[in-house]
Amino acid sequence: MNEVRVLSPTAILGYGYPMDSFNRGLGRDPHVLAVDAGSTDPGPYYLGSGKPFTSAAAVKRDLRPMLCAARERQIPLLVGSSGGAGAAPHLDWLRQIILELYREEGFKLRTAGISADVSQDAVKEACVQGRIQPCGPVSPLTQGDIESSFHIVAQMGTEPFLRALDQGFQVILAGRAYDPAAFAAVPIQRGFDPGLALHMGKILECAAIAAEPGSGSDCMLGTIGSSAFVLEALSEERTCTGRSVAAHTLYEKSDPYVLPGPGGALNLKATQFRPLSEGRVEVTGTRFQPDDTYRVKLEAAARIGYRTVSIAGVRDPMMIERLDEILNAVRDYVGSQMENACAYSLLFHCYGKNGVMGGREPVSTAGHEIGLVIEAVADTQEDAANVCALARSTLLHYGYPGRVSTAGNLAFPYSPSDFDAGEVYRFSIHHLMTVDDPNGLFPVVWEVDSH
Amino acid sequence: MMRLRDKAQVIRSKNAGPYELTYDFMFSDSEDMWDFYESLDSDITARVLQIPTEHVLSLLAYPPALAVKITVIRPQPSGALGETDVYGAQQHIPWLDYRYQRRTKCDHQ
Repeated sequence: MNEVRVLSPTAILGYGYPMDSFNRGLGRDPHVLAVDAGSTDPGPYYLGSGKPFTSAAAVKRDLRPMLCAARERQIPLLVGSSGGAGAAPHLDWLRQIILELYREEGFKLRTAGISADVSQDAVKEACVQGRIQPCGPVSPLTQGDIESSFHIVAQMGTEPFLRALDQGFQVILAGRAYDPAAFAAVPIQRGFDPGLALHMGKILECAAIAAEPGSGSDCMLGTIGSSAFVLEALSEERTCTGRSVAAHTLYEKSDPYVLPGPGGALNLKATQFRPLSEGRVEVTGTRFQPDDTYRVKLEAAARIGYRTVSIAGVRDPMMIERLDEILNAVRDYVGSQMENACAYSLLFHCYGKNGVMGGREPVSTAGHEIGLVIEAVADTQEDAANVCALARSTLLHYGYPGRVSTAGNLAFPYSPSDFDAGEVYRFSIHHLMTVDDPNGLFPVVWEVDSH
Repeated sequence: MMRLRDKAQVIRSKNAGPYELTYDFMFSDSEDMWDFYESLDSDITARVLQIPTEHVLSLLAYPPALAVKITVIRPQPSGALGETDVYGAQQHIPWLDYRYQRRTKCDHQ
């Protein structure tokens, strides 16, 4: 085989894609369909709580044509970071969706679920053995971090995908995975250069974001050969340019020349981006440099409490002028009332003043109205609701100097004014773990037989 | 003096993982890219962003995309208590009105 074509329908499973683009991609006879379903971008809540950040209906809509195409063409379908964060509940959520689709469509493909969960005990043991190190500007891992973590996952490389492909699975739903892995697996299995395959995967995992104009919900085709890969957007509205593809290397990465991943790093120092005809771009020169030891990235989130928020507008110019002082006084009053009641955090987000930039806001003048979000976080939902309600009612009737609007200080858009926002998490583990076997942490935990 | 928003085609910020924030600046030609790049160092970057200098992790030019890239330690990990921008997508604001001079040396031509 002198080339492998990989079709990436969308940047995140559930973000959607135009059927015209998808069909144009199928018209190019892809050897594999691959899609990434995950990201840490939506924050720690999704990993910690075990919930997806996409809707089941959207994921089902996206998967159906992909499954049908995989069946008709007898090609593999690979999904990375199932359910968003790729922990056991996320993988199980996607399993239920795919089983529903098989029921509705009246066929089944041989399917594997690969988990990416790591037990607290395994991380503790690795920690004791000195096999854990911070990944980036992160503190060294503590026993407390490990014990408070929900759903510790490791990012798998291409190896667990390759093993499942070799075992004859046609559909592979992976837990947390290095984003390019699902895209690079089939090219690597068929003998293509891992550096080129992973770099192509790095671009394809975002689908048409690397095209011009970019889109996270449109299809992209990657074709890998012996010394280069070629990218092309599959919508007539988009094109790839040398620059749009090169620029993608910057996206969400800290260094565009060295991109670390499981077992090694992609080196882009000699990479060339060459425009071809018909809006295609050829990429050459990217090398994979294996590390001396194989390391995977661990991720986890820990619960820090429960949140209640209240949303209100502030329009009175005399109040806006004194807003910081008024909020501090309310904070002090709440503190005096709650002193022996419970531990909590009370925050005020002042949109129209510094709601987005916080303490680093360069503009010192406030707008003519402020969107205020009162946020209380405490150990229980009830405590958070109590603190939020007290802060809200205190602020509503707070008598600041010079006040003329003595009936109330806040304009509420809603009744009820307060919203219980549920569990609050923080990222608790973002570390590298050295492993002996790239497959060791990533077993096939369930399978579906074809018929 | 030039103003960055008059010269750059793209001025953006985004998380690079939950612990780092990365800024990308793209220009229409390499002259503009090098002008901006040469105007910067870690101290200036830290001052613009109101962060400690040692939190500036990298500052580099990336000619294939006519881009300059700056990566810093996130003020706090994404989603931590007190978060204002989970994706880090609106933290580019201090750069819009950044003013700088055209460089005099031409060592990148």
